[in-house]
Amino acid sequence: MSEPSKPQGRKFQLPEHLKVYKNVWVIVEQERGIVHSVSLELLGEARKLADKLGVEVGAVVLGAESPDLNRICGDAISYGADIVYKVTDPALADYRTDPYCRVMTDVVNAHKPEIVLLGATTLGRDLAGAIATTLATGLTADCTELDIYADNRSLAATRPTFGGTLLCTIQTLAYRPQMATVRPRVMAMPERDDARTGRVVEIRPDLREEDIVTKVLNFIADREQNEAQLAFADIIVSAGKGLGKVENMKLVFDLARVLGGEVGVTRPLVQAGWATNDRQVGQTGKTVRPKLYIAAGISGAIQHRVGMEKSDLILAINTDPNATIFDFAHLGLVGDALTILPALTDAFGRRLSVNRMAG
Amino acid sequence: MHIVVCIKQVPDSAQIRIHPVTNTIMRQGVPAIINPFDLFSLEEALRLKDKVGARVTVLTMGPPMAETSLRKALSLGADDAVLLTDRKFAGSDTLATSYALTSAIQKLAEEEPVDIVFCGKQTVDGDTAQVGPGIATRLGFEQLTYITKIEDLDIASKEIVVQRRSEGGVQVLKTTLPCMITMLEGTNTIRFGKMDDLFRAARYELKTWSRDFTGAEEGRVGLKGSPTVVSKVFVPKPRAEKAKMIEAASDTPDAMAAAAIDAIFAAQPKLSDDLLARAAAGL
Repeated sequence: MSEPSKPQGRKFQLPEHLKVYKNVWVIVEQERGIVHSVSLELLGEARKLADKLGVEVGAVVLGAESPDLNRICGDAISYGADIVYKVTDPALADYRTDPYCRVMTDVVNAHKPEIVLLGATTLGRDLAGAIATTLATGLTADCTELDIYADNRSLAATRPTFGGTLLCTIQTLAYRPQMATVRPRVMAMPERDDARTGRVVEIRPDLREEDIVTKVLNFIADREQNEAQLAFADIIVSAGKGLGKVENMKLVFDLARVLGGEVGVTRPLVQAGWATNDRQVGQTGKTVRPKLYIAAGISGAIQHRVGMEKSDLILAINTDPNATIFDFAHLGLVGDALTILPALTDAFGRRLSVNRMAG
Repeated sequence: MHIVVCIKQVPDSAQIRIHPVTNTIMRQGVPAIINPFDLFSLEEALRLKDKVGARVTVLTMGPPMAETSLRKALSLGADDAVLLTDRKFAGSDTLATSYALTSAIQKLAEEEPVDIVFCGKQTVDGDTAQVGPGIATRLGFEQLTYITKIEDLDIASKEIVVQRRSEGGVQVLKTTLPCMITMLEGTNTIRFGKMDDLFRAARYELKTWSRDFTGAEEGRVGLKGSPTVVSKVFVPKPRAEKAKMIEAASDTPDAMAAAAIDAIFAAQPKLSDDLLARAAAGL
């Protein structure tokens, strides 16, 4: 990307016709009746931004009419929305770019939010790019921090760049809405408050299925395909190059099993074929926020760090006392993971009275 | 069948370092490579070429040195290459970039209609994943991102069936060409170039197109055509506290493990209950 222009925007004045854009929206991602937790995390974030701006939080829920969808609208209010735009049509039952994009741009043009947030999931990033291009507005991808610059009420979206080596803050000054996608697990989950009230606006776009070219033939769930579920794991044992050989991955899996946790890896291990990329933690892999993250033989390069530094407790095991990982882990152990991992498996196994042969 | 593959030449971000004094990016000596995510899309395009006899054109928007990436793509089997280059493109964000690339694709389509545009999932320098969707939207092509597999392509009916990574599973989608596809990483392995293609790539007379040639309006490219502005670039603040190093009674693995577990439960008392509950539940 290009070098930054001089810090501008502090004295910037929004064109008159854009001043009517108000409120902070979250496009709530739901598939098959289940809300993606990133949408709830974003409602919490939207609340903070809206409070700074003195405006309301809007949630947009799209799908086919169903009891699940009504429940989701109620949940959106419990998690912080003041207004829920409930957009229903049979053609919205499954996600497809074209109908979702057309409907969203119509709703945005009708109600003019100043900020629109989406989760940086495959759905969110697919949809956000299409909407932003249709509306010819600015979109900042994969943000790790959002804020409001008080002097001009603009969104300041911060994100890693060059693989996480640097952070940059991006603004959409002269266009509305200002759009941003945020990765799951980066923002904290807000408290649920069922006493909260809000209003639901029903929108029926009346789409014609015959106008939509792409059809969904099937959905194959991951359970059937044995994919790792790292993003929501509470316990993760993670391996890096320090493990030496792919055969040593067994030690990581053993400890994870005893702890009831998931196994993660750094990108070099995926590239070496020791694990599939659903286990990759880091800048180009998954962001995780477990209660316990055990990093074995991981140096702590920034590309890995950005994916796990928000873990509640990080224990790092590395033979090198100067490894970067010790700069940000909570607990450090200088030693050989190849002997310490099995010792931890034994010790945890005894403490938790788990029969570690059962698995 | 005509396939266009958009590629980008990027600095190898894994090798980027920050100057310790000036806090700026040290670009000197960092090799320029084809954006790694583009290679999965390029390979898929070349596989379609092998399978159904498509013509593959690679397109890049970049400075003159991006030529080397185009020649690399030609050496892997692409048939034609277009370098879209113009000083006026400098400073383009993703909206301006997708506009510029679309103008070139439309120019290419004048000669032979384009059936599929392949783009990389995202770049390793911008990381946005926005240009592919931007091109699809502007061209009115069906947008298929995060594709893990092309199950079937029927030339006669122009129907394509793909698998698309979704949260919690894979969508199987059927659509009609023309379409824009971004491939998920790890879905294939980029081939080695054949001897004949290596020679052809070296001798190929590159098509170099300017903004004027494709008809892209000046006000819609470069900084002027970019809604987003970078207001700050900075080094991430290191966490204030370093790790508390665990001291064990002796340096045997068992002693170290015991000390580590004590330290974990001391730092997070609730974790002990959590783990016991999980063990009891047979998780």
